[in-house]
Amino acid sequence: MTAVTKTSVPAARGPMVEAWGIFRRSPSAMLGLALLAVVILMTFAGPFLYGVDPFEIVWAPLTPPGQEAAIPLGTDNLGRDILAGLIEGGSATLAVGFAAALITMLIGVMVGAYAGFYGGVVDDVLMRFTEFFQVLPPLLFAMVVVTLFQPTLVNVALAIGIVSWPQTARLTRSEFRRIRTLEYVSAMRAIGAGDSNIIWRVILPNALPPLIVSATLTIGMAILFEAGLSFLGLSDPNVMSWGLMIGSGREYLLDAWWVVTLPGAMIFLTVLGVSLVGDGLNDAFNPRLRER
Amino acid sequence: MSQLLSVRDLKVHFPVGNRGTVHAVDGVDFTIPHGKTLGIVGESGSGKTTTALAIMRLAPITGGEIDLDGTPISRIQGEDLRRARTRFQMVFQDPFSSLNPRDRVGRIIRQPMDLLGLGEPSDRDTRVEELLQQVGLRPELKSLYPHQFSGGQRQRIGLARALATRPELIVFDEPVSALDVAVQAQVLNLIRRLQRESGLTYLFISHDLGVVRHICDEIAVMYLGQIVERAPAAQIFAAPRHPYTQALIAAAPSLAPEHRRRGGGARLQGDPPSPVNLPRGCRFASRCRLAIDECRQVMPKLRECSSGQVVACHLV
Amino acid sequence: MTQPVLDIRNLKVDFMTRRGVAHVLDDVSFTVAPGELLAIVGESGCGKSMTALSVLGLVPTPPGKVVGGSILFQGRDLAQLRRSDMRKIRGGDIAMIFQEPMTSLNPVFTCGEQIAEAVRLHQNVSPGAAHARAVEMLRAVGIPEPELRANAYPHQLSGGMRQRVMIAMALSCQPRLLIADEPTTALDVTVQAQIFSLLDELRHKTGTAIVLITHDMGAVAEMADKVAVMYAGRIIEQGPADAVLDSPGHPYTRGLLASIPRVYADPDADLPEIPGIVPALTDLGRGCAFEPRCPLAINACHAAQPRHVAMSANHSAACIRLKTGEVLA
Repeated sequence: MTAVTKTSVPAARGPMVEAWGIFRRSPSAMLGLALLAVVILMTFAGPFLYGVDPFEIVWAPLTPPGQEAAIPLGTDNLGRDILAGLIEGGSATLAVGFAAALITMLIGVMVGAYAGFYGGVVDDVLMRFTEFFQVLPPLLFAMVVVTLFQPTLVNVALAIGIVSWPQTARLTRSEFRRIRTLEYVSAMRAIGAGDSNIIWRVILPNALPPLIVSATLTIGMAILFEAGLSFLGLSDPNVMSWGLMIGSGREYLLDAWWVVTLPGAMIFLTVLGVSLVGDGLNDAFNPRLRER
Repeated sequence: MSQLLSVRDLKVHFPVGNRGTVHAVDGVDFTIPHGKTLGIVGESGSGKTTTALAIMRLAPITGGEIDLDGTPISRIQGEDLRRARTRFQMVFQDPFSSLNPRDRVGRIIRQPMDLLGLGEPSDRDTRVEELLQQVGLRPELKSLYPHQFSGGQRQRIGLARALATRPELIVFDEPVSALDVAVQAQVLNLIRRLQRESGLTYLFISHDLGVVRHICDEIAVMYLGQIVERAPAAQIFAAPRHPYTQALIAAAPSLAPEHRRRGGGARLQGDPPSPVNLPRGCRFASRCRLAIDECRQVMPKLRECSSGQVVACHLV
Repeated sequence: MTQPVLDIRNLKVDFMTRRGVAHVLDDVSFTVAPGELLAIVGESGCGKSMTALSVLGLVPTPPGKVVGGSILFQGRDLAQLRRSDMRKIRGGDIAMIFQEPMTSLNPVFTCGEQIAEAVRLHQNVSPGAAHARAVEMLRAVGIPEPELRANAYPHQLSGGMRQRVMIAMALSCQPRLLIADEPTTALDVTVQAQIFSLLDELRHKTGTAIVLITHDMGAVAEMADKVAVMYAGRIIEQGPADAVLDSPGHPYTRGLLASIPRVYADPDADLPEIPGIVPALTDLGRGCAFEPRCPLAINACHAAQPRHVAMSANHSAACIRLKTGEVLA
């Protein structure tokens, strides 16, 4: 017995620390994280290193990449610098992606948490409400919102958020339904904890892992959505974004591949990075893969 | 001896869709004197866990009275109920789901004091350390997370959490059934030692007859939502009167050579009927080898058959 | 003496883990004769379930690997068999039943279909004959109205009934060996008694050997002819059930038996405890794995693995404090 009691106290390892340990060992997840880091670094540090106005006409239209040393990635159909567009457009695209994901989480978690926790009539009402939004054709609905109001970045983010929250609500609801029956929730009731304490401070932190994964994937989806709307000419023409670049260059695809392909590649790399991170998080949070 | 807990005609009924009502607990009566332990034994579906949850006010009560030393805990609501919760606490069955995996152990044990405003906030951490020591864990372990402990240690943490409010009554729901035998003995001894030291009163739910025999002063046997027999522990094993109690004791394998038998001693055929469509008469009649017509028509009432022993059977 | 159905010799299974190599099974040897029931007991993580998985060739590889020893089943070494040959034996000559009858049955097929499927996998019979065999098996395991129950889905049956269906499925191909891993742990005592009676009756009738994996000494007392007690991947004591239960040799077995609360014991005395917890398999020393918790440990216990010492004809325990033919006081 003495041998047992003398051993030193092991270091405290929280669930998040353990998850990071698993995440760190996954090459694909780390690749995704690196891709995202490069994209974010480029959009935030880029303007300081490459201070060209993306709307300014700098050279002859449709100059291919590599022809002029001063314009490494060429120009678009109006003679604007593509590299400047990629740098500037990244922040708009990422902002729309993150903002849409945030809106999705806010509405989805709120609705899902109450529906899952209270069940019964509350659940019925909230889920019918959710289904109403779920059956809306997402692209069509977003187009309607953007054309009815101004096609500003805020409206685009709102439109994407409004069409994608039902999925998050369903996921939150099922997690809450599972966790509310666990004994540690009963234990909290037995020591007099109120409903909002249990919902937000006990169940939500335990429901977070799949929600974080879903939020990550929502970011990727929102970026694609924004590109889609821009391609259809439904995004803010005054703000440079990758989608806008693709949208305005689409007619020149056959003559000047770089006008559309380069912003397309940026979207591809960003969404790939987000998805790899999402997969890595999913594995890291999934206890079945964890060694005992 | 004065009674700490008295439960009269407790009923917990649940609707199941539109198919009817589950009579999970259907008219249960018992009392527990100060500093004593009542055990409730029964098979799955007997309503023993629901009885425990109803007393903890964690399951909705359909009818009946629960009185804790003068406080009608079945009737109080809101803030009164919240404040009364300091006086009755629970230890749960599953050591792996009864502790919030995101909280450090120190916080888990401190939480009851924080939520119910017990003691000075500055003293609470010291109290956490005392509690850990009381359940046989080193105070330094309070900064760890639940998954860093073994099943037995987690059950000790659950016990420390229950003790944090200095309750009078602790309800145990199968506290050792998920533990290995050697660890089970450690936890059972701890539970008994705490009662000796602090004069606690226990309600102990279990399916294991050896465990209740060891822990309890009095034992109630439940079948389909009702108590069919209740008696002092020694007496119920020495002279079980209800045919179901007899079958239950006979079915439990025994290690003692004089009681050992080979090849499984099944005395009881079939499974309990569904708690939705209950028979009119005695609920055990369909599996009882002694049943007569009266048993199928009239529900037997609990009657005293010898000192301290009550039985619900027409044939006793 | 008849030739054993199963003869395991010096079986070793290793697991690669983050913290190093764990000897999950180390030098495990035992035999089971036709119609005999051997119980393997121990606490969680002692290796009892891994022993069962090894016999069925189901050790998860990687991280696990059978690194030594032999598993002789009717004279053939299962450790050397190819996967396809192993599949033919599994569910045929060797059958297994599990702890949780709900998850081991497929919810979308009726019980009759599942038994018939098992029959057709191992025997060349017509669908009609397989169905008839399924009904016959359901009757044999004591299910009332077997013709009706064959058409029931698993969720329509109680836990005890589902376990009977599992047993019917396991026995449908007349296995020579049945491995039952905690078959009654999820069931109530009165239903457990029914299942035990059924298994006992079947093995006497069919001569099927049974390996019962359990943590419950009560089940051992009730069912077993022989018992092997495992601790930290090794068999530390084995012998006839009565001998092990009544005069246990190893300090662990004795501690385990003493710590069980009994109905007919003095309830006022505290239960004797085994202090401490089971060690992690990755940091076992050279010596006896039980030594840190053992009340009888001496310095020599550190030095090397204790050999099995014979206490009587078939009863032995691995403890250096034991002398041949002697029971420690």
